[in-house]
Amino acid sequence: MAMHVARNWRETPERYRMEAAKCKKCAAIHFPARIICPECQGREFATVRLSGKGELATFTIIRVAPTGFGDLIPYAVGIVKMDEGIHVMAQIVDCNPEELKIGNRVVSQFRRINQEGKTGMILYGYKFVPDLGL
Amino acid sequence: MIGIVGYGSHIPRYRIKVEEIAKVWGADAPAYKKGLGLNEKSVPAPDEDCATLAVSASRNALRRANIDAKQIGAVYVGSESHPYAVKPTGTIVSEALGACPFVHTADLEFACKAGTEGMFIALHLVKSGVVQYALAVGADTSQGAPGDALEFSAAAGAAAFIMGSKNLAAELLDTHCYMTDTPDFWRREHAYYPEHGGRFTGKPAYEKHLFSATAGMLEKAKLKPEDISYVIFHQPNGKFPVNAAQKLGFKEPQYKLGLLCPTLGNTYSGSSPMGLAATLDAAEADRLILLVSYGSGAGSDAFIFRTTKKLLEIRDMAPKTRKQLDEHKQYIEYGTYAKFRRKILRAE
Amino acid sequence: MNEVAIIGVGMTKWGELWEKSLRDISVEAALKCLDDAGVDKVDSITVGTMSGGLFNAQEHLGSLVADYLGQRFVPATRVESACASGGLAVKTACMEVASGLSQYALAVGVEKMTDVDGGDATFALATASDYDYEAFHGITFPGLYALMAVAHMKKYGTSLEQLAQVSVKNHHNGSLNPHAQFPFAVTLDQVMTSTMVADPLRLLHCSPITDGSAAVLLVPLAVAKKMNKPYAVITGIGHASDTIALCQRKDIAKLEVVEVAAQRALKMAGKTIRDIDFAEVHDCFSIAEIMVMEALGVVEPGQGGPATINGLTALDGDFPINPSGGLKSKGHPVGATGVAQVVEAVIQLRGQAGPRQIKNARTALTQNMGGSGASSIIHILEAR
Repeated sequence: MAMHVARNWRETPERYRMEAAKCKKCAAIHFPARIICPECQGREFATVRLSGKGELATFTIIRVAPTGFGDLIPYAVGIVKMDEGIHVMAQIVDCNPEELKIGNRVVSQFRRINQEGKTGMILYGYKFVPDLGL
Repeated sequence: MIGIVGYGSHIPRYRIKVEEIAKVWGADAPAYKKGLGLNEKSVPAPDEDCATLAVSASRNALRRANIDAKQIGAVYVGSESHPYAVKPTGTIVSEALGACPFVHTADLEFACKAGTEGMFIALHLVKSGVVQYALAVGADTSQGAPGDALEFSAAAGAAAFIMGSKNLAAELLDTHCYMTDTPDFWRREHAYYPEHGGRFTGKPAYEKHLFSATAGMLEKAKLKPEDISYVIFHQPNGKFPVNAAQKLGFKEPQYKLGLLCPTLGNTYSGSSPMGLAATLDAAEADRLILLVSYGSGAGSDAFIFRTTKKLLEIRDMAPKTRKQLDEHKQYIEYGTYAKFRRKILRAE
Repeated sequence: MNEVAIIGVGMTKWGELWEKSLRDISVEAALKCLDDAGVDKVDSITVGTMSGGLFNAQEHLGSLVADYLGQRFVPATRVESACASGGLAVKTACMEVASGLSQYALAVGVEKMTDVDGGDATFALATASDYDYEAFHGITFPGLYALMAVAHMKKYGTSLEQLAQVSVKNHHNGSLNPHAQFPFAVTLDQVMTSTMVADPLRLLHCSPITDGSAAVLLVPLAVAKKMNKPYAVITGIGHASDTIALCQRKDIAKLEVVEVAAQRALKMAGKTIRDIDFAEVHDCFSIAEIMVMEALGVVEPGQGGPATINGLTALDGDFPINPSGGLKSKGHPVGATGVAQVVEAVIQLRGQAGPRQIKNARTALTQNMGGSGASSIIHILEAR
């Protein structure tokens, strides 16, 4: 069983808290964080935590899945336009994928993404659920 | 004064009805519904576990507490379905909230009372002055063995409480505990499903500890049942807490708000804490709440809180428990349930 | 810079080649190419493979191929640009000749994908995406292209029939190609009722898992002239990269990386798209061909679907695309595809394509693409 402890651990700020980087020079937001801003070549950033709220920009329904995702078939994966203006790819869950529509409001939630085998690391991260305004 | 500054809960969206489960095992659904006082239960999706539920409930608690996660000095997660046997859930929750690194964390386990266990510790830790805020979560995605009575009730859910000493939504009056070593329900290491003592789980277990803790708490606080506006008991099914209430001198209006089990099932470490969260969602200000948990093995934690006007200001800031329970649920049938709960034998 | 000509081409049969190993098929294609050129010795080898490591637990492919091709001490390079590794191998070999560093530069594209099971093959392919921010979330390559299809259909009204027609056309062409993995026709109905893989893309919209190799030999123009037989000249190269993650592109209904690469290639060749007679493009999924033809400027944005249904890109159309059968019917051994596109272009330009021959084929464009459009390499070739 392959183990990737450091690689996954390193992603904690993005996966657990959706931390992005805001360029101090041009205010562009980047997720994941970058070392150099592709817009203005700036090299200084402030950490910003995305609100988790956004709109479904596009999605597909996966029916043939990679290893580890079989239990969720059929599941929706989409691109969400966050309220901060940037785009993020993730699964959309807690819904019937066939009933999703582009433009639906969604909100992020902490979920299990995968695991490295039955005895390996559990990989947590962000998914989106329909924003029901509860 | 110490007490609850923020609270939150999280219930998965999926549900399965008693009839669905009974059908597969040839069981008498109406009899089970009547005997257990239970109609349906929550089911966690394959991508949910104790940690994910705990994080969602805690984020809701943070919204109501309106504090920065970095101010939390301690995080305690109580569960009997921690994702790892060795590796804390508490650190996962702390990281996800943003409370790291200056935070004390521990995972707790005591069957269904691991949640209130954390609440007890969190409250008294704040009282000692060691931390400003302490978070206690009860979260579970417990398993019931296929075909066993517990399969009808083993459910999933979480409730989280941030304890502090100012801007309190509910003040703590006092706590009381009652523990003995009692073998009513347990799970050995590497066993997938728990064992239980059948009818032994009634009088010598649930009743003895819950009743003693309740009596002891009321006496300590010099109160009578009629002084309590809202009572929440541990809810392994819809019958035990109702019988307990009646025997202990409480009436339906007192336990109504906090009785979630009939449509939620037994959320184990989340059970009475979620009942408390549901109560706080609708309670009036300046009223007394009695919370008594029960965990097999066995023991009960008791708390008396007084609601404040602050509660009314904060409770709309996050999803309410009954709303999550009653609205937007998706029913599934047994096959999907078995797949979700990993009860189906798979090739490696 | 020297002008560069192609004097030899070769490829293996493509498909599930259980009895042949990675080194077997790369040597087979290379020898066919050298025999076609009438050349014994090369002075440079460039191997295009997406992932010898993940498919075959074998890196260091430059040396492996040089060794087993019997070309000891020849400098050998392995290049990678996901599914554009083949095109990159051709470009790299071309630069060696253009710079004067080499006279006989062999480019070999090869991928042996059936040495791992389906799950591992899918994982290997997923490394062409942004692994931590796309594959990590459970998206697959059909899923990434499905997202583009959804956006394209929403923006332009592209229909499922138009998508399916790409597969029908390419299978028709592939049925005339003896090297193709699936040398048979499919009907529109078969495509539109095949298993759904990632809505709206179905099995028959997707290129397959394939073993295969293809090779071309590049020489300076002066060497080609001396050989007294038809050859092709590379007159334009265009190469561009774009964001690795699909969600960070400016417009996911557009393949901007192909637009940029095409502009560069056409500028170098001193041509416009109207001067191109036919193209071999990267139809990893049928939506890709539609988007590529728009990015190349063959049609206006959004007109790729209608043009396909109207036969513009058929073998006998005004702008034939994928006379070889494309990735869909010919197969898609990832690193080999870009080289095979050039092989087909050369065969067409020489007039040797038999039943697939395009009339008056004088100028060709090959377009190879990596990942979900994070890289693209375009070559323009002319018959001499």
